[in-house]
Amino acid sequence: MSTVTTPRDESQSHTPAARNEATLLPSVNVIEDAAGITLYADMPGVPKDRVTLRVEDDQLSIEGEMQLALPPDMQPLHAEVQRARYHRAFTLSKELDADQVSAEMNQGVLRVRIPKAAHAQPRRVQVQVA
Amino acid sequence: MYRTIFPRDLFAEFDRLQREFSGLLDGTPSIRGLGRGGYPALNVGTSPTSIDVFAFAPGIDPAAIEVNLERGVLTLAGERKADAPPADAKTTVHLDERFAGRFRRVLSLPDDIDPESVAATYTDGVLHVAIRRREAAQPRRIAVQ
Repeated sequence: MSTVTTPRDESQSHTPAARNEATLLPSVNVIEDAAGITLYADMPGVPKDRVTLRVEDDQLSIEGEMQLALPPDMQPLHAEVQRARYHRAFTLSKELDADQVSAEMNQGVLRVRIPKAAHAQPRRVQVQVA
Repeated sequence: MYRTIFPRDLFAEFDRLQREFSGLLDGTPSIRGLGRGGYPALNVGTSPTSIDVFAFAPGIDPAAIEVNLERGVLTLAGERKADAPPADAKTTVHLDERFAGRFRRVLSLPDDIDPESVAATYTDGVLHVAIRRREAAQPRRIAVQ
């Protein structure tokens, strides 16, 4: 047999994308200003320690896992939210500084700030009158 | 030839799918219905001792959420402010998917709830309203003499 099972990277196989699991798509707002981009993502039910933010090459991916305090003997009666994981990925453009990404989670809203690289900051170009 | 491309009746399949989606809540729907979609999304569960309503309403001041229970009808209302700065010449909004504005969702609860014991908590953007059922409605084991 020539098939060799390669050891899987645990951190990779945990991601829903890797497991090809159906996930919720969080609603987002993306606002750009002169100094960078701010992204807001709605991920209700996800505590701060269950948010994963990953930047690989030019891909920004956000993930979250819900932790709801369900009563142990509860039977679902009506469910508009039918999954417990969120996942969404974005492609960053070159002028964004992927090393300076900062994020905070507050009441189920993830706020991500991606500043622009110094060389991409707007400059005012003086127009010379000949 | 049409049959070979669509071996089963495609429209019947769509019909079935639609029925399946709309029939996610079984039994006959209440006259007030269970609102579909909208904000916040609701999940409802029952247990022998309580009815639990989960409203997925992230980023709201908990004090600004109105939870009313009147004659077996639970109303959740409030307002979600747009936290994005108003668009001016300096900012560009690329995506704007998040709900902003006033919201209100109403659902009717079963008859056996105890309107006196309702608890509402707001954690990580999820409002959890737990309404206890009356003692009489809870299953009891009756000892045989």
